[in-house]
Amino acid sequence: MENLIDIKGVTHAYKTESGPLPVLDGLDVAVPEGTFAAVVGPSGCGKSTLTRLVAGLMKPDEGEVWLHGERVKGPRKTVGMAFQNPVLLEWRTILQNVILPLEIVAPSMSQKDREARAHELLDMVGLTGFDDKRPSELSGGMRQRASLCRSLVHKPEVLIMDEPFGALDAFTREDLWQTMRDLRAAEPFTCVLITHDLRESVFLGDQVIVLSGRPARTQYVMPIDLPKDRTLDVLYTPEVADMLHILRDQIKIAQGREPEVH
Amino acid sequence: MLRQIGIPVASVLVFLGLWELLVWVNGWPNFKMASPSDLPPAYIRYWELFLVMGWQTLWRTVAGLALAVLVGTAIGMIIGFSRIARDALYPLLVGFNAIPKATLVPVISLIFIGQHDFNTVLMAFMISFFPIAVSVGIGLSTLEPEYRDILRSLGASRFTIFRKIALPKTLPEFFGALKVSVTLAFIGTNLVEIVSPHGRGLGALFKSGETNGDYPLMFAVLIALAFLGIVLYYAVVYLEKIFAGWAERPQS
Ligand SMILES: Nc1ncnc2c1ncn2[C@@H]1O[C@H](COP(=O)(O)OP(=O)(O)OP(=O)(O)O)[C@@H](O)[C@H]1O
Ligand SMILES: [Mg+2]
Repeated sequence: MENLIDIKGVTHAYKTESGPLPVLDGLDVAVPEGTFAAVVGPSGCGKSTLTRLVAGLMKPDEGEVWLHGERVKGPRKTVGMAFQNPVLLEWRTILQNVILPLEIVAPSMSQKDREARAHELLDMVGLTGFDDKRPSELSGGMRQRASLCRSLVHKPEVLIMDEPFGALDAFTREDLWQTMRDLRAAEPFTCVLITHDLRESVFLGDQVIVLSGRPARTQYVMPIDLPKDRTLDVLYTPEVADMLHILRDQIKIAQGREPEVH
Repeated sequence: MLRQIGIPVASVLVFLGLWELLVWVNGWPNFKMASPSDLPPAYIRYWELFLVMGWQTLWRTVAGLALAVLVGTAIGMIIGFSRIARDALYPLLVGFNAIPKATLVPVISLIFIGQHDFNTVLMAFMISFFPIAVSVGIGLSTLEPEYRDILRSLGASRFTIFRKIALPKTLPEFFGALKVSVTLAFIGTNLVEIVSPHGRGLGALFKSGETNGDYPLMFAVLIALAFLGIVLYYAVVYLEKIFAGWAERPQS
């Protein structure tokens, strides 16, 4: 299978007042088309920087970012982004919020078609009937669902998510994992998910990439060979418990601590 | 509806009653403090003057305010988007704002001799653009990067991002500043009207009351100014409801 995202030897440093701050150091990431890459790593190691590079919001100092066989030189319409903060626009209704990317990407699309497309997604994530609500009238989990709809409304090739469920409580988070899985089954897309939650990375990922501490490089890659239509029960199998153990040790190493002896 | 109109009207009536009582209890003569009951005769005698002068004051204030909105927003955009411009312009803006505007009246009346209308509008503008510039500037420079990135990652232009996100997002701050600016613009207009020889507007009417020792007229002018101020203020509140009503949290 062709790699939809190919990050080759990317090195990047931020210019700060106290000199350059190296953030990425020869990072390699490959994500085949239609698969889901979960990226974990210590806090502040450069994960958000990675998402901004893939989205074309920044250029790396060294190395190359390829998307669908093309070198990424700037933003492109085939990318969708979601953040920890749902960043919904308070002056727009939920429906208008979801439609926003279409106004940029498909200016000639009729309003009726846009709304039909938005409804398709709102129905899928369980927000039927919330069209005319304001974001402030929704719960945190519902806002994040609306935000997901917005990042997928223009059918992007790549969905980039930076800790999208980080601010939600554990139960809501698990609901959203299942929503995520169903969305992928309905409309396949390639996905990069930054997360701090190892269970989330195993439940959603086709591979889990562990980044080292700053400056980040790829420290460890774990393929996840679980069925695509996995349920939450899978998280309680011995197989997954072993995976979580290994990942936890890898994170410890990335943080510069000794792994525990089992 | 009864609450929205009834309560403010009642509070004004109570205020007028207390004022009348204060003057009556102290037995103050007219030249010390006029009482509300002196005002209707003043309005009846000079109603034509009040209409003409009130209109003068009103249109100059609104013109100055409109100018302040245009220029203030433009300056706010410049300091909001460019760090360098912010560092360069802030000291100048703050310094200019700190100058007591009364000292500028002779300056501008010397530069633009005899241009009474123009000078008045200019002063209303100069005194009222600062809050607008600062609030728009702060609103734009504190826009969270994620808000920009949701559109920037799709390749949207800076202008599109400004129009669809930055501009509407700063509207609540803008209207907050505009409410302050309305009052300031009135002060600017009246300053020039009072100080200029042969001025027009309510400020000039006030001065003629002073010159002729017509104290009820002076107080009547003050009340007319307060009335115009209230009208303009609520006009802004009305616009805010239309354009930034979304920022109001539903009350429970
Ligand atoms: N624009 C910037 N200018 C300077 N330094 C920055 C900038 N953005 C991020 N950094 C620094 O670069 C490092 C990596 O930042 P980044 O946001 O990519 O980390 P992260 O892995 O996403 O962290 P977290 O887990 O806390 O979200 C951090 O130390 C951060 O302080
Ligand atoms: Mg981050």
